[in-house]
Amino acid sequence: MSTAAEARSYRLRWRHLDKSLFVWVLLIGVLLVLVINPLARLLWASFQDGETGALTLGNYAVAYGRWRYLEALGNSLVLGVAVAALCTVFGVPMAWAVSRTDMPGKGLVWAAILGTFIMPSYLGAVAWILLAGPNAGWLNRAWMALTGTAAGPLDVYTMSGLVLIVACYSFPYMFVFTRSALDLISSEMEEAAATLGAGVVRTTLRVTLPLTLPAILGAFIVEFLEAIALFGAPALIALPGRFQVMTTMLWQFFEFPPKVEVAAAYAMPLLVITVVLFWLQRRIIARKGFVALTGKGGERRPLRLGAWRWPMLGYCLFVTSLSFFLPMLVVLHAAFAKAWGRGVALDNVTLHNLKFVLFDQSTTQAATIHTFVYGGTSAAFALGLALAIAYIVHRRLVPFGGTLSYIAMAPFVIPGIVLAIGFYAAYTTRPLVLYGTAWILILAFTTRFLPIAYANSDAAIRSVNPELEDAVRILGGSRRLAMRRVLAPLLKRGLAGAFILVFIPATRELSSAIFLYTTGTQVLSVLLFDKSDEGNFEILSSIGLILVVITVVLVMLGFRLVGRDFMLKRTTA
Amino acid sequence: MTRLTLRDLTCRFGTFTAVDGVNLALEQGEFVSLLGPSGCGKTTTLRMIAGLLDPTEGTIEMDGQLISSPASALPPEKRNMSMIFQSYAIWPNMTVAQNVGFGLEVRRLPRREIDAKVRQILDVVRMAHLRDRYPAELSGGQQQRVALARAIVVQPAVLLLDEPLSNLDANLREEMRYEIRRLHDEFHITTVYVTHDQAEAMVTSDRIAVMNQGRIEQVDEPRALYARPRTRFVAGFIGRTNFLDGEVRGEEVVFDHFSIKLSRFADPATLCGRVSFSLRPQSIHLHRQPAAASGDTCVIAGHVVQRAYLGEHWDYAVRPRESALQLRVTARPHEVFAVDEPVWLELDPRQMAHIV
Ligand SMILES: Nc1ncnc2c1ncn2[C@@H]1O[C@H](COP(=O)(O)OP(=O)(O)OP(=O)(O)O)[C@@H](O)[C@H]1O
Ligand SMILES: [Mg+2]
Repeated sequence: MSTAAEARSYRLRWRHLDKSLFVWVLLIGVLLVLVINPLARLLWASFQDGETGALTLGNYAVAYGRWRYLEALGNSLVLGVAVAALCTVFGVPMAWAVSRTDMPGKGLVWAAILGTFIMPSYLGAVAWILLAGPNAGWLNRAWMALTGTAAGPLDVYTMSGLVLIVACYSFPYMFVFTRSALDLISSEMEEAAATLGAGVVRTTLRVTLPLTLPAILGAFIVEFLEAIALFGAPALIALPGRFQVMTTMLWQFFEFPPKVEVAAAYAMPLLVITVVLFWLQRRIIARKGFVALTGKGGERRPLRLGAWRWPMLGYCLFVTSLSFFLPMLVVLHAAFAKAWGRGVALDNVTLHNLKFVLFDQSTTQAATIHTFVYGGTSAAFALGLALAIAYIVHRRLVPFGGTLSYIAMAPFVIPGIVLAIGFYAAYTTRPLVLYGTAWILILAFTTRFLPIAYANSDAAIRSVNPELEDAVRILGGSRRLAMRRVLAPLLKRGLAGAFILVFIPATRELSSAIFLYTTGTQVLSVLLFDKSDEGNFEILSSIGLILVVITVVLVMLGFRLVGRDFMLKRTTA
Repeated sequence: MTRLTLRDLTCRFGTFTAVDGVNLALEQGEFVSLLGPSGCGKTTTLRMIAGLLDPTEGTIEMDGQLISSPASALPPEKRNMSMIFQSYAIWPNMTVAQNVGFGLEVRRLPRREIDAKVRQILDVVRMAHLRDRYPAELSGGQQQRVALARAIVVQPAVLLLDEPLSNLDANLREEMRYEIRRLHDEFHITTVYVTHDQAEAMVTSDRIAVMNQGRIEQVDEPRALYARPRTRFVAGFIGRTNFLDGEVRGEEVVFDHFSIKLSRFADPATLCGRVSFSLRPQSIHLHRQPAAASGDTCVIAGHVVQRAYLGEHWDYAVRPRESALQLRVTARPHEVFAVDEPVWLELDPRQMAHIV
């Protein structure tokens, strides 16, 4: 009799159960596969003997036992600090000029910075090889032609060359961070100083700059982390230049036979530095009180630069020439040239390179398609997952929501290259063998850009009053129906923007792809890197150009859908 | 027939008890208000009835079927209820007609029938001419009517309303009160109406449940609630009142410097020891001469301490002789007394509500 009652009570509970619960449990499982497992396996592998699988500290001993390895680590730190410093020199004056002064040509400068954003840094490296390659580079040849000397002064295959290139493609972060801080300071604060008799220079140095210091410091850290985690440009420059940084070293650990365990151990400092510095950056940025944000309503009058307007514009154009105009010019030239070394001439122009990349050669053609498919799929996955997590967190559908959002944001502080090693460690062996398939790339991209998707989804979900969904349910609609008929239409616009924000970096991602691709699953970025060995710069430029065109189209789409703040979101995500 | 029963319903958020052992039963077709100050747990109670929140303790039954208990709860979509939210929750991506027709669509009615019903209900709430507008293009009052129409058109077993008038201006609010009652008289849907405005509850409800700090203090018809409040909170929350504290001594109830015979009270057997009463300002009458105390009333000497003329009536504060007590008295406009003037208060002990 009691069993009958029990059965009835179970049936009642089943009838009462919100069946969508299973979906949420499944999602948590996916999150484990994407974020937790690779990180756990990375950590585990670093303590594991490659052959016996026994617990050991041997990997660390190998990873830090050689002078060469330590030197690479040191080089990375030098690179990071130098890049961050150069970015400050590039970005801060430009941000100040655009935000606070009556400098002419602001639109042009802004467009050039956007252009810089759009060029992947490894393409920038290719362009700089064309510009400043020993003797053959355009700048060297110009120098030789002008001075009549037999040798050019520039050599891009050096640490200073690498610093310049990396700085060129990361200073936009510095620009954006500083500019947003400057935009929040009202002119009244500056004028208050001016009425006390301080000149323009003194006001700027004593009032304006200190107020933006936290933002600059925060950006400095971000630049540093960008630089040390970068793989493409260092690999193109440092390897031929016969020096190593951490990321290229990690790559060498993967040369056959791959020493995953040593790589994992070697990657740990990169991970730890990143986590700690991001934490520090958050602390610095969070001290908003210092930035005195009261000035939002205050009127803002641009500072009159007088005759200094033109030198200021000159400086901005000089920096953007290094980062955008010159590189773009040489890439365009090479992409349409029969032989780039033959210079500018009508009989040197051809469409053959592009045709070759897009249509003639099956590997490049396949890579183009892969780039789109993998990028699109991973953007869709990341967004779907992020949305679902943001949803269950905000609607409190599971008890430990806060932890979930932490996990979703965690990849933000994992360098792509470290993540790739984690994926390699986790999914080349059973039970889940993904290596060799497209899935490992797609899932790695998904994980890598999950934080961008999550930050956007979180904001989007937050903006929808939960009572709108409650209203559907009380009228007899399921939770699924509420999502389909109410939530989805309301989120559509914002999410289209978020999709593109993930799609763009996913189409050009190199540092994680390079560890995870196999012959059948090349994407354009990997192809470009692979082909760099052959020294066929016309083809490299063509591949790069295709990537740029893809990005431009996506950015335009983003502008249309979301508006002008679109690219800014990416950096704050 | 009993439609909805709440039994010992309790909801805790962490250690904070938002709803504390609520018991309430609604008859089929009854209109009951939950009335109480902000934060007393009205919305929380309503959300538990709707199934949007699970109770920590206690149960909810509908038509004799268990629908909520701490162990399990029927999801809101299976309860055949509808609700008007404090924010209205009109879907901004749908037109007025689409909003109203949604519940019928979910119930898989044929298109023609949906259109007909939507047209009919929009006529009832006088919104027919705005059927193709989007919510962003409607005023607050119009949005509120859409919410009403959307909730009523599905003919739910239970209708839940959460302060639906709180965002409207005073005039519209007064108009909508009667409208809500009119709709109830037309459709007879069992309704739980949440509000913190007593006038709203009085106009609309068959019965009012007064809530305070998560508990129901008293459930009664509006008139009984006013005339016979059972607790100090209820007496103070519904209208203005005077509190009189006294003590039963022998055959008398002794107050501050005056006393009233025990036998005069409505229910003398229940009175003993220290007692408190609520006496409405309208139930006291002022006289210049010591009025001949009739069989029912008693007369106390005092003087006017304060007065205010409010157009529709006078508001006096009167102090019984030698007493520290101040009684508020409402008098008609022609009953004029000066401050410090000696007066006689006439009061009817049977109108004094014994409170705890
Ligand atoms: N999700 C929650 N977590 C914690 N406390 C809550 C939560 N929801 C409500 N409360 C608390 O429970 C109490 C009752 O809230 P409720 O929303 O039921 O009040 P209310 O009577 O509807 O008030 P109002 O008239 O202001 O709408 C409040 O003190 C509130 O702070
Ligand atoms: Mg409420």
